Amino acid sequence: MNLAYLVPLFPLAGFLINGLFRKSLTKSMIGVIGSGAILASFFVSLVLFFQVKSNGGATLDYFNFISVGKLSIPFAFQIDQLSSIFLLIITGIGFLIHVYSTAYMHDEPNEHFGRFFAYLNLFVFSMLLLVMGANYIILFIGWEGVGLCSYLLIGFWYKNNQYNYAARKAFVMNRIGDLAFLLAIFWMITKLGTVNYYEVFSLTNKLTTTDITAITLLLFVGACGKSAQIPLYTWLPDAMAGPTPVSALIHAATMVTAGIYMVCRSNILYTMAPCTQTVIAVVGLVTALFAASIALKQNDIKKVLAYSTVSQLGYMVLALGVGAYTGAIFHVMTHAFFKACLFLGAGSVIHAVGGNQDMRTMGGLKKYMPVTHITFLLSCFAIAGVPPFSGFFSKDEILAAAYNVSPVYYWLGVVGALMTAFYMFRLYAGTFLGEFKGSHEEEHHLHESPKAMTMPLIILALLAVVGGFVGIPEVFAKDANVLEHFLDPIFAKSKALQHAHETAASTELTLMAITTVLVIAMIAWAWTKYSKWKESYNENNGFANVLENAWYVDNLYNAVIVNPILGLASFLKSVVEKAIDGIVNGVGYLVQFSSKKLRLVQSGQVESYLLTMVLAIVVLFLVFWNQAHVLRFLHKIF
Amino acid sequence: MPIQYYIGLAVALFCIGIVGVLTRRNAIIVFMCIEMMLNAANLLLVAFSKMQSALHPNIPNAGIDGQLFVFFIMVVAAAEVSVGLAIIVMMYRNVRSIDVSFLNRLKN
Repeated sequence: MNLAYLVPLFPLAGFLINGLFRKSLTKSMIGVIGSGAILASFFVSLVLFFQVKSNGGATLDYFNFISVGKLSIPFAFQIDQLSSIFLLIITGIGFLIHVYSTAYMHDEPNEHFGRFFAYLNLFVFSMLLLVMGANYIILFIGWEGVGLCSYLLIGFWYKNNQYNYAARKAFVMNRIGDLAFLLAIFWMITKLGTVNYYEVFSLTNKLTTTDITAITLLLFVGACGKSAQIPLYTWLPDAMAGPTPVSALIHAATMVTAGIYMVCRSNILYTMAPCTQTVIAVVGLVTALFAASIALKQNDIKKVLAYSTVSQLGYMVLALGVGAYTGAIFHVMTHAFFKACLFLGAGSVIHAVGGNQDMRTMGGLKKYMPVTHITFLLSCFAIAGVPPFSGFFSKDEILAAAYNVSPVYYWLGVVGALMTAFYMFRLYAGTFLGEFKGSHEEEHHLHESPKAMTMPLIILALLAVVGGFVGIPEVFAKDANVLEHFLDPIFAKSKALQHAHETAASTELTLMAITTVLVIAMIAWAWTKYSKWKESYNENNGFANVLENAWYVDNLYNAVIVNPILGLASFLKSVVEKAIDGIVNGVGYLVQFSSKKLRLVQSGQVESYLLTMVLAIVVLFLVFWNQAHVLRFLHKIF
Repeated sequence: MPIQYYIGLAVALFCIGIVGVLTRRNAIIVFMCIEMMLNAANLLLVAFSKMQSALHPNIPNAGIDGQLFVFFIMVVAAAEVSVGLAIIVMMYRNVRSIDVSFLNRLKN
C-alpha cells in the first residue's frame, strides 16, 4: 500500500520526459516510455488491488495541502475497492491504447508524436489523481486536469480551425459543469467544514434536506458536464475531431466516467436525497433515448460511436438514479471494454481506408480486415446486450434495478437497448458487410492493421466477451455477483437506507428473456437491411433529417447562447476600443496639446521675462502685506 | 516736510523706473531706468533716516544705518553698471544693435 504514490508518478514522469525531450527522442523510444509508464502503473495497481481484496481499503496521507483556519485539506489518497477497480480500468485500457497509438500515430513527425504521448500520459496522471483522491479537492484537481488534457488532445491537430472550435467547445461545456461542482464544494465546506470523504460521509446528520439536495444536484450538474448528459452533451460528438485513440481513451473509457465515479463515491449523499435521484434517473433515461435516436441516422462511424457513448452514459446515470451503484460501476467496466474496442476498431478501419470516416463509402471490409472484423462484431454483440457477452449482464443489472423503482423506467430502457442494437448493427453491416462502395483505388489500399493495433483489439474483445462473468445476477446463481460483494464496503451505508422492493425471480427471468428476444430480432433486422446497402439509405428525408442533424440542438445552442454571447463580446470589445482606449489616448493627446501651448511661454523675449518678474514681485509683495488676511482665506479653502 | 512727500516721490521714481525697464527697447535706456529705481530706494532710505533722527533728538546719530546703507547700494549699482555695459558691448559686437527685442535666441 505504501507504493500507491508510484501509480500517478510513472505517468507524470512519462509526461515530463516525452514532453521535454520530444524533439531528441526517436519514435520508438517515445512509444516505449509512454506505454511503459502506464504498464508500470498497471502492475502497481494490480498489487494494490490484491492488497485491497485481502485487507480492505486504506487512506494514505501525504502532506498538508491547504490549511486555512479550521479547514484542513490534506493531499491524501484513498485506495479502496472503488478506486482500485477504476485504477485497473484506467491503467489497463490506457496501456492498450498507448500501444495502439504507437502504430496509429506513426505518420506524425517526431515532435508531434512525442507531444501526443506526453498529453496522453498527462491525461492518465490526472485521471489517476481523480480516482485516488481522498477528498473532493484532489478529485477536482484531477477533474480539471482531464478537462485540460481533453482540450489539448481534441485540438491535437491544431492547424485545423474546426478542430480547435471542437476542443474549445468541450472545454467550455466542462467548465460550466465545473462551476456547479465548485459551488457544491463550497456549500460542503460552509456546512460541514471539511471535504474529506470519510468526514463528509460521517457527518451527514448535520445537513438539512435542502443542503443535501442542493449539494447533490450541484455535484450532478458537474457530472453532467463531464459525462455528457443533457444539456451538456453536445461537446462529445464534436470531440471526434481528435485522433481515434483519444476518442477511445478519453471519450469512451475514462474521462466520461469521472462523473459516474464521483456520484458513486458520494453515494450516501445521493441515497439521502430522493428528489435528486429522480432527477438523475430521468436525465439519464432521456439522454439514453435521445442520443440513441440520433445515432440511428449518423453516417460518420465515429459519430455513431460518440452518440452511442452518450447513450450508454445515460444508462449509467439511470443506474445511479435508481440506486444501483454497483450496476453503474459494472456498466462502466464493461462499457470501457467494448467501447474502447469499437473505437479502436473504427480507428483501424479509418487507417485502412486512408482517413475516410463515412460509412456510405465503406462496406465489404470483412474480407480485407478479418481481425478487426471479428473484434468489432464481438463488441457489437456486447453493446447490444446479447447473452453471454458482458454488456448483457451489466445492462440487465441496471434494467432490473430500474424495474424495481418503476416499470416505466424499465420499458423505456428496453426501447433504448433496442435502438442501441439496431444502430450498432447498422454500423457493423454498413462497414463490414456487402460490397465495397468506395473507389477502386481505395480498394487496393485496404489491408489489415499492424500487430500493435490488432493486439489491443483482440485483448479488449476478449474482455468484452468474458468481462461480464464477474457480475452474474442473483437469478442465475446465488452469490455469484463477485463485483457486488467486492464493492459492498463502499455502498453498505446506502444499502442500509434503501428499501427497494425485490421482484420475483420468475418475473425477472421472463423480462430478461423478452428483452433478449427483442434485441436479437432488432439485430437480425438491421443485419439483413443494411448488408445490402441501397442508394436510398444515403439520403434522409423528413423526420430522419431531424435525427441526422441531432434534433438541431447544436443550432439551438448556437442561436440562443453562443451567438448572443459573441455579440455581447464584440460589443464590449468596441466599447473598450472606443471608450477606454479613447480615454487613455485622450490623456496622451491632452498632455501633448498643453505642452505645445505651454512651450510658447518660452519666447526668448527679454521683455516678457522682465514683465513676468515684475508681476511676481508685485504678487509676493501683496501677499506679505496682507499676510494675515491671505492666510485666513487659504485656511477657509483648505 | 511731512514724510509722505518723500515716500510719494520715491514711489513715483520707482514706478517710472519699472515702466521704463519694461517698455524701452534701447539697452542703455533700460540701464538708466534701473539706476533710477535704485536711486528711488536710496531716497527712501535717506528720508527714513532723517525721520528717525527727528523723532529721537536726544540720541546722537539715530537712524544713521539708513544713510550708511545708501553707500552700499551705490557701490553695488556701480559694479552692476560696469558689468552690464560690458555685456551690452558684447551684444553689440554680435548682433550689431542694442535693441533688446533682438535677444530671442532662447526661443523654444
